[in-house]
Amino acid sequence: MSAAGKCRERGYARVLVCCAALVTLTACEREARRFDEPAAKSAPAEAVRLSPLQPGGAMPAPQTRNRAEDNAYAVSQGQRLFTAFNCVGCHAHGGGSIGPALMDDKWIYGHEPQNVYASIVQGRPNGMPSFAGKIPEAQVWQIVAYVRSMAGYLGSATAPSRTDSISAAGPEATRDPQTPRHTSTPQP
Amino acid sequence: MSVRLAYASSVLPALSGAAYGAPFQNALLPGGIQADHVHTLWLIMLATCAVVFAAVFAAFLIALWRAPRATEETSPQTSRTTGAERGSSRAVAIGAALSTAGLLGLLVASVVTDRALAGLPLKDGIVIEVNGLQWWWQATYSPGDPARTFETANELHIPVGKPVVLKLQSPDVIHSFWVPNLAPKKDLIPGHTLTLALRADKPGVYRGQCAEFCGYQHAKMAFLVIAEEPAQYEQWEKAQRASAKEPADAAQKRGQQVFMESPCVMCHTIQGTAANAKNGPDLTHLASRTTIAAGTLPNTRGHLAGWISNPQQVKPGTNMPAVTLPADDLQALLTYLESLQ
Repeated sequence: MSAAGKCRERGYARVLVCCAALVTLTACEREARRFDEPAAKSAPAEAVRLSPLQPGGAMPAPQTRNRAEDNAYAVSQGQRLFTAFNCVGCHAHGGGSIGPALMDDKWIYGHEPQNVYASIVQGRPNGMPSFAGKIPEAQVWQIVAYVRSMAGYLGSATAPSRTDSISAAGPEATRDPQTPRHTSTPQP
Repeated sequence: MSVRLAYASSVLPALSGAAYGAPFQNALLPGGIQADHVHTLWLIMLATCAVVFAAVFAAFLIALWRAPRATEETSPQTSRTTGAERGSSRAVAIGAALSTAGLLGLLVASVVTDRALAGLPLKDGIVIEVNGLQWWWQATYSPGDPARTFETANELHIPVGKPVVLKLQSPDVIHSFWVPNLAPKKDLIPGHTLTLALRADKPGVYRGQCAEFCGYQHAKMAFLVIAEEPAQYEQWEKAQRASAKEPADAAQKRGQQVFMESPCVMCHTIQGTAANAKNGPDLTHLASRTTIAAGTLPNTRGHLAGWISNPQQVKPGTNMPAVTLPADDLQALLTYLESLQ
């Protein structure tokens, strides 16, 4: 092989090593366990709109970034809390029973992180209790992350891959994102 | 109470200091028949191994002593060792025979110990269901008998001289239940119920510890076994079975209100109130316990305040979240929790 070829090959190797290093770094962040993370300073209640209609044409809603969604540990904590706080009592494991399903494309009160946050904290008519003051903010965000993973909105990098219970729908990490459909009537 | 005081005076200084442990967690000071069996086996093994060690060392020294020496005419490598060493096959045969005998002896001792451990008479024994969780211990007394059952955490009381059958379970990962002074260790395997029988013959406070790595706070997953006279135990059991005391004064009433309004109620139970969640330790008789956070901190007002305000500082990764309360509310809550005798 010519000297130039060798040189090029070494260049490729360097690029590959750099890519691998970058991938490793992202993977670290994904699993980081932030135990004493201060709660997100957001005002989701104000950011939430329950109607898409606005005078003078709809303005885009302010976005809230949920840090828990970038972190596999936080999402799996959300999954644990989803059972611990008895969300499963009404929503089952996402399929819904006396509460609406969370793994489909129908979102009565919105699918964005701040919408789900507001639904948990404020409660919603016809049965959804308000958990204001009962669940610390950081834990609510973890639950929000998990709830959104059920409809496939989280990437496979952070969504839970396998549960201990039997699930007909398969792991959250393998689900395709649903196209959200806002609907104001409770679904059967 | 006397046990608690004795424990507090003898051990709690050590909790904060360096020499944590010493007499109350020690496999060489058996406080019950099961640990006695294990201790005897340990002594036999120690003696056998000491003899073997001495014999090997002696053989080594003799070999060195009798090794062919080099003289002015011969080099050390070309001495008498070129042919088969004379008498070596006899030495090897004797060594093999002795090793076989020794190992067989240990095998017999081990089997006899196992039989003795399994032979503990369990008549009139008390049954306790023990759940190992990340990272604390949940104990249910008289399981399956709704009129008598009660729950506690990280502190088992047992009557001296009575057999105790522990039904060990784990809902999350593998843990291991180990009270060196009372019994051999036993793993808690998710999906299985394993039993461990023990009997305390000497009253005392024995420390136990999770003995199978189970995550971030495995090291801070301890518990106490308090062996007391049957009469004292009956008294404790009766007190534990009762519902929590009603708040007696305004501060305690406010404290109970704070408890119900804050995240506490999402995870803890206080029998006799609306708090009935099963995600964390049962707090019905919290004030009767010696430690909090699974043997991590002594159960004092100050430590309790620190634990509630910032548990992640004490046990990073614990499922207990930080609960930020206004100072007045926190004080009221502490007053209420301290009243839960």
